[in-house]
Amino acid sequence: MMAARFLRRSIPVLRQARCYADAPSGSSQMSFTFASPTQVYFKEASVKQVDVPTLTGAFGILPAHVPTLQVLRPGVVTVFNDDGSAAKFFVSSGSITVNADSSVQLLAEEAFPLDQLDVAAAKANLEKAQSEMASASDEAARAEVQINIDANEAIVKALE
Amino acid sequence: MFARTSALVFLPQCGQVRNMATLKDITIRLKSIKNIQKITKSMKMVAAAKYARAERQLKPARVYGNGAVALYEKAEIKAPEGVANKHLLIGVSSDRGLCGAVHSNVAKAIKAKIATLTGEGKEVMVVNVGDKLRNILQRTHSNYLLLSCKEVGRKPPTFTDASIVATELLNMGFEFDQGAVIYNRFRSVISYKTDEKPIFSIDTVANSENMGIYDDIDADVLRNYQEFALVNIIYFGLKESTTSEQSARMTAMDSASKNASEMIDKLTLTFNRTRQAVITKELIEIISGAAALT
Repeated sequence: MMAARFLRRSIPVLRQARCYADAPSGSSQMSFTFASPTQVYFKEASVKQVDVPTLTGAFGILPAHVPTLQVLRPGVVTVFNDDGSAAKFFVSSGSITVNADSSVQLLAEEAFPLDQLDVAAAKANLEKAQSEMASASDEAARAEVQINIDANEAIVKALE
Repeated sequence: MFARTSALVFLPQCGQVRNMATLKDITIRLKSIKNIQKITKSMKMVAAAKYARAERQLKPARVYGNGAVALYEKAEIKAPEGVANKHLLIGVSSDRGLCGAVHSNVAKAIKAKIATLTGEGKEVMVVNVGDKLRNILQRTHSNYLLLSCKEVGRKPPTFTDASIVATELLNMGFEFDQGAVIYNRFRSVISYKTDEKPIFSIDTVANSENMGIYDDIDADVLRNYQEFALVNIIYFGLKESTTSEQSARMTAMDSASKNASEMIDKLTLTFNRTRQAVITKELIEIISGAAALT
């Protein structure tokens, strides 16, 4: 009985110690915010995994990912919800931040669910951009056309 | 000539400051105030419609803007203290007036910040988004103005507008270490508050102590990230600012309409009293004339 009373008194202390060790709390949960300037797709939601296309390559982010900052490239973002379903979005550009407390902010300049994109229009835009490449005169114009081509190629690849 | 004008100015009647207005004067005044009231009422309707749209667009913009500054808050990025660093203030307002104290609040905040920063010996430059701000600051602080943006406020601000501002700002080449975007944060239809969000330069962020925990960052990525973050913060400031401005204009036009209707009531009473006095005077003249004849 004495042991039980000691145990009861010591358990809160144990819990306190455990809390200290778990200082980055919520490491088992990712607080995921995915927004474009005009629309919010996820706000501090809890999801299982997010796959993002960045300038240095595509990678997947799980809870307790190492903190990092990355810049997005045109491509598909896949969000795996807690219940297993996946949602795909096409993003044009933007940034992603993974903080130490496992919060992820994915800010895209333009983001749309894949079913809102039309593959025929994307192909037409791609051909037009490729023909513009030949006539682009200076560096800035060429860079713009290249961005156009990259984005349209990514859309076509995502929709096929 | 002097004697004549002074005779006109100093009215001989004691206790009466001005002549009683004639019916015609009151009618003219009444008509003009009624026109003004129509204008202010319609301006209020327009501002209400624009405010509704701005508030709807503010909701996602707020989530977006808070996401953009989350890094600075979570990593607690601060510029090194004590070093004479360069500051950049971006004041966000608009071109149009008749919206209460919106522009003067931002200008006051900017002036106060300039005073404290120059008192500490730091270099400050100011970017204006909005013509009204430029008008206010040009008189006293014209040597701090770096860049001014016009044509703000007619249409709702877009991300493209914010990116144009940021591009021009970065092209100016002012190497700032840290700064702030000063805007009016929208709280409710009847209240807004002048607030600021911090911005940092690439070097400040890279050298900040907590950045070490973020791995795999090279200079190129960080520069892209910072430029994007700058645009995001400006966009956020623009969205909040327009919502505050439209709600302030709605309130201002509403109180103007109310004042106008008060004036109309008072003038109508005066008009009626004057009208009755004129009729009474005529009657008296007629009657006394008739009495004199008989």
